[in-house]
Amino acid sequence: MEIYGFGLVAACMFIGSFIGRTLGTMLGINGDIGGVGFAMLLLVIITNYKESKGKPLAEKTQNGIRLLSALYIPIVVAMSSIQNVVAAFSGGAVAFLAGGVTTVGATFLVPVISKLTMTKDDRKAA
Amino acid sequence: MLDTLIGIFTSYGLVGAFLLVAVIMLVSYGIASSIKQQRMGSAIAIVIGLALAFAAGKYTGGSKGLADVALFSGVGILGGGMMRDFAIISTAFGVKFENLKKAGLPGIVSLFVGIAFSFIVGGLIAYALGYTDPVDVATIGGGAVTFIVGPVTGGALGASSDVIALSIAAGVVKSVLTMILTPLVAKRIGLNNPTSAMVYGGLIGTTSGVAGGLAATDAKLVPYGAMIATFYTGLGSLLCPSIGFILVRAIIG
Repeated sequence: MEIYGFGLVAACMFIGSFIGRTLGTMLGINGDIGGVGFAMLLLVIITNYKESKGKPLAEKTQNGIRLLSALYIPIVVAMSSIQNVVAAFSGGAVAFLAGGVTTVGATFLVPVISKLTMTKDDRKAA
Repeated sequence: MLDTLIGIFTSYGLVGAFLLVAVIMLVSYGIASSIKQQRMGSAIAIVIGLALAFAAGKYTGGSKGLADVALFSGVGILGGGMMRDFAIISTAFGVKFENLKKAGLPGIVSLFVGIAFSFIVGGLIAYALGYTDPVDVATIGGGAVTFIVGPVTGGALGASSDVIALSIAAGVVKSVLTMILTPLVAKRIGLNNPTSAMVYGGLIGTTSGVAGGLAATDAKLVPYGAMIATFYTGLGSLLCPSIGFILVRAIIG
């Protein structure tokens, strides 16, 4: 059933958030360190493991997960419509420069780090 | 009649949000195909979303964009952290474990470089513009990391509320700018494979910015960038008020 897909993602989310928040508490910050990242990792491991055993998830379960990930872009659009854009524009020179220069700078560091850390095979492929 | 209509929108908030976003997508993809750039559909939709958020913020004076307008309060649920994270996790479905392993090291390196870079540059700009107190410099530097790290740093160090507000604004500028800039520079920075998407997620780090920017560039790259980016804010909240502040104080204190 499709709902199994929703349930599987939800279970990963709860386990991942639990790890992330426990890590946060252990390190003394009141927050979540990579909860979503751990949840994604868990989903990747579960689905890759089942496939390697030759027993992939049932088609309908997969459809449930696909529906959820198809909703991702609409959710991002909804998310962009609830940002505090006014504050971003009215923060003055400091906010604009600090946010803007770091974004542009970090963007152009992408090819630098990619190149530095790429293995020989990647370079051949690229 | 108007009251009936408003009543429907407020009692069916989440469904109203689906309707609204569907209309935004329809319009955006209409624009995209009329200029023969199908791939830009989601980028246009995100820009329309931001423009609506700006208009709503001006109109209501609130901080949650369209969600502050009673008629559209449902977008607060659809676009909120819960649904965002739920959907982001689902995008990991179909990711190959080998690709993750291959990009693991670049991803981790980029996380540390990204946080250090944003904190230092943000702090330098704050200092250059007249903020000489180490607490202020570290708080604004934290804001340049993300709009959560800024207030976390400021709160831990006891910064004043206007500096904390500035740090949030810096983070929001970063997030909004990332959504707009990413699809435009994607080609130039080689953002077309899982490894560079993970490096990108680690360097920029603002989850909503990375999620929006990658969605507008190529939806296949979203899980790779998002997975790394979710570690960014937590790690930044850990490093900026501690090691970051100690370094700032040692230099200018």
